[in-house]
Amino acid sequence: MNNKTIIALIIILIVIVVAPFIIHSGMGEEEGYFGGSDDSASEVIEESGYEPWFSSIWEPPSGEIESLLFAVQAAIGALIIGYFIGYWRGQSKKD
Amino acid sequence: MHVMEGFLPPIWCAVWYIISIPVVIYGVYQIRKVSEDVPESKALLAVSGAFMFILSSLKLPSVTGSCSHPTGNGLGAAIFGPAVTAVLATIVLLFQAILLAHGGLTTLGANIFSMGIVGPVVAWIVYKGLIKSNVSSLIAIFFAAFLGDLLTYVATAFQLSLAFPLPTFGQALVNFLTIFAITQIPLAVAEGILTVIIWDRLKVYKPKLLERLDLLSKKEDAEVDGQ
Repeated sequence: MNNKTIIALIIILIVIVVAPFIIHSGMGEEEGYFGGSDDSASEVIEESGYEPWFSSIWEPPSGEIESLLFAVQAAIGALIIGYFIGYWRGQSKKD
Repeated sequence: MHVMEGFLPPIWCAVWYIISIPVVIYGVYQIRKVSEDVPESKALLAVSGAFMFILSSLKLPSVTGSCSHPTGNGLGAAIFGPAVTAVLATIVLLFQAILLAHGGLTTLGANIFSMGIVGPVVAWIVYKGLIKSNVSSLIAIFFAAFLGDLLTYVATAFQLSLAFPLPTFGQALVNFLTIFAITQIPLAVAEGILTVIIWDRLKVYKPKLLERLDLLSKKEDAEVDGQ
């Protein structure tokens, strides 16, 4: 793909991610927006009277720690991809 | 797409474990085989796993107003097939179950089945089918990633409806599909686009490796040979 196509794709990507903020502008978690879909499904199940029979062996002690671990997860992935793509790019230039 | 810890009755936990474990074991065997046959593909394996790591950590907002994350399973499935992707998914799901309390150990089998098996099988069939029909690999990878992501969530909705047919299986399915699948459609498009961008880089830097793994259409093969 040429650079123009890649930039166009990235713009579409940004629009997809940003659009919900504009569509549901002003709404927050209290109004039932921007929560996780996993949680909505769990709520439906719990409303039926089902009680989870096992709970997580460890939970992040706070939302901050949870964000930290999510960031670590993304960083591990980004590091590996960045390393190999960078390495291959250097290799292909040498050839 | 996670079924949360404890949210499946024990019998269903067992069912999904029994289905998923053999696939993961076969995947480990396939990883050994492909890394012996084509040692260079180890780096591609790392990139595919890393891609799942990033995408499944991004909880993106969707137009329905709830948040969900992409899966990243289309890339690995197109390159290495579903069994290998099941192994990669297991690593990601274990990380999230143990460190983030997302998903769980009792529901691990069920989550491997949706994100590591159903999604990747669909992605792999779509990819191979389109390549055989001589469609450009960039278009093929888009649809593989899009459908691999979407069907992962459809599978989760099925799993929950089987365990909780409230009040009937059909109605439960509609409910869970509304929660998961509709939210997921725009995110699956986003995942498709991201996968295309990564694929484009792979094609530019490692065309011979992709050709060797039989991942390009005939027309693209000819271009690689012509260089």
